Amino acid sequence: MKLDSKIPEGPLAEKWTKHKFNLKLVNPANKRKYDVIVVGTGLAGASAAASLAELGYNVKAFCFQDSPRRAHSIAAQGGINAAKNYQNDGDSVYRLFYDTIKGGDYRARESNVHRLAEVSVNIIDQCVAQGVPFAREYGGLLANRSFGGAQVSRTFYARGQTGQQLLLGAYSALNRQIANGKVKMYTRTEMLDVVLVDGKARGIITRDLVTGKLESHSGHAVLLCTGGYGNVFFLSTNAKGSNVTASWRAHKKGALFGNPCYTQIHPTCIPVSGDHQSKLTLMSESLRNDGRVWVPKVAKPGLTAKEAKNIPEADRDYFLERKYPSFGNLVPRDVASRNAKMMCDEGRGVGKTGLAVFLDFTDAIKRDGKKAVEAKYGNLFDMYAQITGDNPYEGPMMIYPAVHYTMGGLWVDYNLMTTVPGLYALGEANFSDHGANRLGASALMQGLADGYFVIPYTIGDYLAGISQEKVSTDRPEFKEAMDKVNNTINTILNIKGKRTVDELHRELGLIMWNYCGMSRTDAGLREAKGKIQQLKKEFWSNVAVLGSNNELNQELEKAMRVADFIELGELMVDDALNRTESCGGHFREESQTPDGEALRNDDDFSYVAAWEFKGENQPEVLHKEELNYEFIKRTQRSYK
Amino acid sequence: MNLLNGLKEATNNMKITLKVWRQKNNATKGGFKVYPIEHVSTDMSFLEMLDVLNNDLVRKGEDAVAFDHDCREGICGMCSLYINGKPHGPQQTTTCQLHMRSFKDGDTITVEPWRAKAFPVIRDLVVDRTAFDRIQQAGGYVSINTGGVPDANEIPIPKKIADEAFDAAVCIGCGACVAACKNASAMLFVSAKVSQLALLPQGKPERKERAEKMVAQMDAEGFGACTNTGACEAECPKGISLTNIARLNREYLSASLTSYEVEVKGGD
Amino acid sequence: MNWFTKLLSSTLGRKVLMALTGLFLILFLVVHLIGNLQLLHSDQGQAFNIYARFMTTNPLIKTVSYVNYAIILVHIVWALLLTIHNRKSRGPEGYAVTNGSSAWTSRNMGILGTLILIFLVIHLKGFWAEMHWGGISTVTYDNEVYKDLYTVVDKAYTMEWYVAIYVVSMIALAFHLWHGFISAFQTLGLNHSKYNGLIRFVGRAFAIIVPALFALIPIWMYLDK
Ligand SMILES: Cc1cc2nc3c(=O)[nH]c(=O)nc-3n(C[C@H](O)[C@H](O)[C@H](O)COP(=O)(O)OP(=O)(O)OC[C@H]3O[C@@H](n4cnc5c(N)ncnc54)[C@H](O)[C@@H]3O)c2cc1C
Ligand code: HEM
Ligand code: SF4
Ligand code: FES
Repeated sequence: MKLDSKIPEGPLAEKWTKHKFNLKLVNPANKRKYDVIVVGTGLAGASAAASLAELGYNVKAFCFQDSPRRAHSIAAQGGINAAKNYQNDGDSVYRLFYDTIKGGDYRARESNVHRLAEVSVNIIDQCVAQGVPFAREYGGLLANRSFGGAQVSRTFYARGQTGQQLLLGAYSALNRQIANGKVKMYTRTEMLDVVLVDGKARGIITRDLVTGKLESHSGHAVLLCTGGYGNVFFLSTNAKGSNVTASWRAHKKGALFGNPCYTQIHPTCIPVSGDHQSKLTLMSESLRNDGRVWVPKVAKPGLTAKEAKNIPEADRDYFLERKYPSFGNLVPRDVASRNAKMMCDEGRGVGKTGLAVFLDFTDAIKRDGKKAVEAKYGNLFDMYAQITGDNPYEGPMMIYPAVHYTMGGLWVDYNLMTTVPGLYALGEANFSDHGANRLGASALMQGLADGYFVIPYTIGDYLAGISQEKVSTDRPEFKEAMDKVNNTINTILNIKGKRTVDELHRELGLIMWNYCGMSRTDAGLREAKGKIQQLKKEFWSNVAVLGSNNELNQELEKAMRVADFIELGELMVDDALNRTESCGGHFREESQTPDGEALRNDDDFSYVAAWEFKGENQPEVLHKEELNYEFIKRTQRSYK
Repeated sequence: MNLLNGLKEATNNMKITLKVWRQKNNATKGGFKVYPIEHVSTDMSFLEMLDVLNNDLVRKGEDAVAFDHDCREGICGMCSLYINGKPHGPQQTTTCQLHMRSFKDGDTITVEPWRAKAFPVIRDLVVDRTAFDRIQQAGGYVSINTGGVPDANEIPIPKKIADEAFDAAVCIGCGACVAACKNASAMLFVSAKVSQLALLPQGKPERKERAEKMVAQMDAEGFGACTNTGACEAECPKGISLTNIARLNREYLSASLTSYEVEVKGGD
Repeated sequence: MNWFTKLLSSTLGRKVLMALTGLFLILFLVVHLIGNLQLLHSDQGQAFNIYARFMTTNPLIKTVSYVNYAIILVHIVWALLLTIHNRKSRGPEGYAVTNGSSAWTSRNMGILGTLILIFLVIHLKGFWAEMHWGGISTVTYDNEVYKDLYTVVDKAYTMEWYVAIYVVSMIALAFHLWHGFISAFQTLGLNHSKYNGLIRFVGRAFAIIVPALFALIPIWMYLDK
């Protein structure tokens, strides 16, 4: 298989404009003859569904929650980047492009990232017009902040709830189209397979989560906007329902999976408190603007936040400030996370588990006063207190890195189409524009860029080239796919084993975290592979799922998702094994600089690893899309 | 900062008795079942405690208790349990952010689904809140298409107004207001959206129509009439204020008296 | 549906009607109170009886009072409709445990209103019906013959049970107004951070002072006999 990224020719800044001109158009009167299926109604899906419906296409949209408003995008806190340069501080489309490429450790496509930076400005206009209440200055104009160590203030935000406000904006646009009858919305409905007819994606199989009924839906194109797969680690900052099922089933139908091992671990999360832990809570990265990260110089097992005050200044190691004097506590996420792990691995971690470092606001409170700190971070401090039961005004917070975002996903070309014709992937579900590491405030930007401003153009090019004829769901392809799904469900229900789904999922998560988490080794990854295969056997012979298919059965839903996570886990390990360099969120211990920083290998690994499914229990085949850097000179990232 | 005062020493050895509403589906009758549960840690969230219960139940061959949840961060609005006579339990937060340190060793905790005619029970503690979506679909938007909009800074919005709109916009659509209200009124929820868009210049052109359509849909869904008891505000995890309800009343009244006729679609 | 009937049949419109009628009744209470205070003149009821005749014969006042009856009726009927609608909205199954976080008065406007209604019936039967159709004795001031309502009232207030009912009812009214006064402004959307404090203060003061003065009269007359 030859991977064709369809990157347009020409100068970087003109590629998208030219490409838009070259794309075929669907005549306005003909648009209503095409049906588009949109799976997922988070930022990417809701914006796409609304925009396509506005153009005149008939859209069917699906989500597994009871309402599109609850998609995981709602949880994003910090903000969204856009190259508006409202602050006159030297920002530009090119600078946003450059920062994003560099932040991604030079593992993203230049053309895509530049397009992302270009349309970023339109996103803000669109959202404001929808009534998204972004933060404003007293003069009434939009406010910005700098985020994630960027040197310009280009992040737009709505208090600590930017994702919520953006999603509610997209949700309102979607609602308008639902009311217009142009979008038919299916909630509490999970997609369980893609249906191909003559090699093209022409429909999906879904399960109604309330009644268990399986249904076929046909359309001219299928968009997967189903989010990221961080929950393969069981513990992550993702919502409990976030899953890889849609992407994975598409992968098994022929869509290549890009860079599965690229995982982002966020440094400022609330540490695990016990075996009961069900998910991890992120606290905005903005805390690192004022908080200082430290551990004791000599190991003090079990050190609590209350006792921290008694540790004299001389016995504290502010390790980020020590190692990275110029960026200090504001180094990118991957660097901050890895260093916290290193401290804990040395035994200098704090708290009852030893898996935490301090984030100390004592100096900020001394300098600016408690009031000022409360004004900036009050809601985060409350959240911390609510969850941990510790008062962060009195002692330092404890933080530990947690899985947060997955840069990997379905491989797509410049038009966002996967390797299956007619099957698109948008938002976090695609392998995206973030390379090996995502900068803060750029996922929201990408999701909305894909949905509002890319897919409405690129899908027309495909639809204009295919027949308007609808395919019937009576075709054998649908029947076959449905039977297969039915079989999987029955198999799971008939195992009647002893291990609960959560137990097995936790076990998978632990394997992934220990061997394919913040740092990875050849030996560890090989061990992990064996363990995952073992776990897969255990799952298919010993999982306990009660009840039937014909009812709301949350254990069954979880079981099907975990089954897919297990298979994905193995592919992530394969990908991590293959990539013997370190880059961004992927740190191979074998590949580091003398002072322990990630060491990239551009000669051998400047490619997107796209994996092809070859059949159950068969090794997947690697395809490489070379990344050509025509416009930017690659350098070793340094934050010293 | 009230929550900081009552912080208790951590333990992982509380005994709790749970009285949980079980109902197979909407067509069958439900009832309470009692489950003793041991070794509850004060650090657990309420939902984590239910996870423990569910895993125990499955191991014993009993169906797990169905409940809605997703983000577990207090923002998606999916979690919705009526705990000891209050929506989202004793603290003014979401169920997922409620922790077991809010309870005492030996406590009996009664867990019920949201109760409202417009929120029928689907199973156990899961209810159908799509009525909320239909209300939003009736008019909770600004009618603009993607693209072709003015520059974001073209219309300055006074910070005060933007902040007030924001305060209304933070509603998470959880339905605690309905669950708390003796009239099962959805006014706080509806008023939050109407307020947000009535305050912002972008929402002004359609404000009359919006208020009329959303209220008509709210009525069609079978929610009760507001009698200003204030239970919604007291229980809303996001602190949506009653001021919004007054604004909705004002918007609706002035719309009724001055708008052009609008077509209203019935609910179900 | 015509826009007006649509307004009146919506939950918000019905509430508006409750609020408007409620506020009208509040005004009526003020007028009524001014009249009742005439009972406290130490003139053997002269001021009161003159006032009573004026109130029952002046054509303008008569019209106003018919409007008033209609409004009480509307207030009551709509209260009933709303309460039934709201009961139904809870759905088929109630909560096993409730731990209300709203004020008691706000949750019990129906009961308080019913208490007021019972009182109204007794009250109207005792005085108003007497005044209109009862075989009431007469008195003469300045060569004019007046019905001596004062004596009827005075007699009623010598009975402990009557005074007790009156006082209890005024307490119910106080609670009704404690919530109702402020609530009516909220219902009409008359809410602004600059004036909320004032509305609240006046509402609370009204809810205490007016029923207290009403209740004071029978107590005074009872003790004064
Ligand atoms: C705590 C947190 C904070 C974050 N903060 C920021 C931030 O400040 N800035 C930033 O830029 N990014 C942030 N991110 C990342 C960003 O929020 C996400 O990457 C982005 O919102 C993903 O959007 P999406 O539309 O691709 O997917 P999602 O919002 O995850 O939506 C997925 C949709 O797919 C549906 N779905 C999934 N599977 C199926 C299926 N099988 N069948 C049917 N439907 C399905 C779901 O119902 C849902 O509607 C944050 C992420 C987290 C976890
Ligand atoms: C002098 C007599 C009365 C006065 C001054 C009065 C006044 C008011 C006022 C101001 C309200 C608030 C309206 C709102 O919330 O918008 C109210 C509500 C109410 N009244 Fe009365 N009322 C009186 C008699 C009655 C009677 C006789 C009944 C019933 C039998 C009654 C039943 C109610 C009920 C149930 C409500 C609550 C309805 C609601 O808030 O939506 N009232 N009243
Ligand atoms: S108003 Fe408050 S209680 Fe009601 S749905 Fe919104 S957030 Fe929940
Ligand atoms: S689970 Fe999302 S708000 Fe509670």
